Amino acid sequence: MALPLVRCASIKKTEAQTSQTSARTPSEEWERFEAACGKAQEQLTALYEKALNEVGEDNAAIFEIHQMMLEDDDYLDAIKSIIDTQNATAEYAAATTGENFSAAFAAMEDEYMRARAADVKDISRRVVNVLTGVDDAQMIDDKPAILVADDLTPSETVQLDKSKLLGFITRHGSSNSHTAILARTMNIPALVGVDFQDDWDGKLAVIDGYNHCVYIEPAQELLSAMEEKRSNDLKQEALLQNLKKKPNVTLDGKEIKVYANIGNAGDVGLVLQNDAQGIGLFRSEFLYLDSQDYPSEDQQFVIYKRVVETMAGKKVIIRTLDIGADKQADYFELDKEENPALGFRAIRICLTRKEVFKTQLRAILRASAFGTVSIMFPMIISVREVRDAKEILEECKAELTERGVAFGNVEVGIMIETPAAVVMADELAEEVEFFSLGTNDLTQYTLAIDRQNPKLDHFYDAHHPAVLRMIKHTIEAGHRHGCWVGICGELGADQTLTETFLRYGVDELSVSPASLLPIRKMIRSLDLSKEAQV
Amino acid sequence: MKQFTYTITDPVGIHARPAGLLAKFAKTLDSTITIAKADGSKSAEARKLMALMGLGIKTGETVTVTIEGGNEEANAAAMEEFCKENM
Repeated sequence: MALPLVRCASIKKTEAQTSQTSARTPSEEWERFEAACGKAQEQLTALYEKALNEVGEDNAAIFEIHQMMLEDDDYLDAIKSIIDTQNATAEYAAATTGENFSAAFAAMEDEYMRARAADVKDISRRVVNVLTGVDDAQMIDDKPAILVADDLTPSETVQLDKSKLLGFITRHGSSNSHTAILARTMNIPALVGVDFQDDWDGKLAVIDGYNHCVYIEPAQELLSAMEEKRSNDLKQEALLQNLKKKPNVTLDGKEIKVYANIGNAGDVGLVLQNDAQGIGLFRSEFLYLDSQDYPSEDQQFVIYKRVVETMAGKKVIIRTLDIGADKQADYFELDKEENPALGFRAIRICLTRKEVFKTQLRAILRASAFGTVSIMFPMIISVREVRDAKEILEECKAELTERGVAFGNVEVGIMIETPAAVVMADELAEEVEFFSLGTNDLTQYTLAIDRQNPKLDHFYDAHHPAVLRMIKHTIEAGHRHGCWVGICGELGADQTLTETFLRYGVDELSVSPASLLPIRKMIRSLDLSKEAQV
Repeated sequence: MKQFTYTITDPVGIHARPAGLLAKFAKTLDSTITIAKADGSKSAEARKLMALMGLGIKTGETVTVTIEGGNEEANAAAMEEFCKENM
């Protein structure tokens, strides 16, 4: 899978140089250490607060843990002992103690605890850096770099500072995992399933997203070639910027809507920057995943309203809660399932836990008073579900009317992402005003292939004719009953299929903000009056 | 000295977050609190975060909590309450 950019950066920083023997007295060294510890605590407080604001308490907790580790008696005693008995510098004592403690964690049976070895090293490194005057080596406030990690969860991926993250490499995960999809949304080159070496830390690296490989300390020749590739990429991107404000019309005059997919309110900037005509998929579950408890109607309303107002009258299609399967929030207390993808998720949760659903629907309805809002229900398999969901929506409208709260006209649509919905498309189209094809799940369910399993990448064919026929059938069925039909899954951004979809008659493509301009360029280059080239 | 046993229900055991909370909480009490594995193979003072984490206690494991010195009665009750809420 080609990724859009090629960039190079050193992976983190080189270790600070520490000299072992001190010219100072042990008590002077201990004072140096305590002062540095205080500084490190301040840095951690700042990091904690930043994280708290941006990503919520759960994700910020790690910095609090680091602070507590820095106060740990055993850790401090060990450092003091090295300073006292070996006449060592504070930085040597801190670095050595960090190594010793992290080795103890690394030897533990439990995988989670083994991973804590990195935290102990981290806090020691932070103190050593303060002592030696090296800039903080933490990814989160360091110079731009490629991040190398065993694995990143979706919420970790989201919380990374996009301006500092030039790319990431993870050992686990597959190219179809949620994390990889998010990376594409953020336009960040990502390599997953790479068995990296620990000694990559601090080395120069180049990710070649086109060939899905990484070069560590590349030779000058290769580096020049990569730099040229990157500069071509940037030129291409500049060209695409020229497309802004131009209509999305094929050479023979067929116009198509190009909308953007977003995962949180912060992405709206990218949507406007890339000149999208609307938001075709606002994944509302991020509101729930970033939260410690069910987000209230008011909390949700504020976020939806911000997006709707920012889009200033352009369409915003909000997909109701699609949680479950690979997206979990603890407070939902969902049971572990043998087959989560086929389990209690999305609309199934909403129709069961009606109050959770109604809270969200009221928040969306209230936001609709500030612009153009559509509501989209995910994971539909039957007409009954759509009717039930619509009935609940009507209840919510009645409640708001009773409360004297304003709301606008909302268009109602459904995701088509199950084979059942495709087969039932004619009947479903009678119930709603639009369809949006969720090609990721539709592909997974049609081919019976798990997106999260890297072993199946070999069997996975994104262009499988069964999937393409399903898409065609859905578009035709929708049109027979006056529904407009869009595609909001990954396939919508696949330029090799754009012509096929346009020939099927698709009305809208909704893609990640980074894919907006390339797709628009592709649309403007097509001529549907000519025979299709196979 | 007061003692009670508690079975960990947190799905990841006494991992960093609960250990951190426990260490923080233990520092507010005027007793010496010790957490020991059921088989007695390892124990750690509750104020010491890294030692606590070093126990590697998993979900479903039973630990013995010992409270010594200070207001043992009140601190034992507070510790039991804490365990139920956080671990």
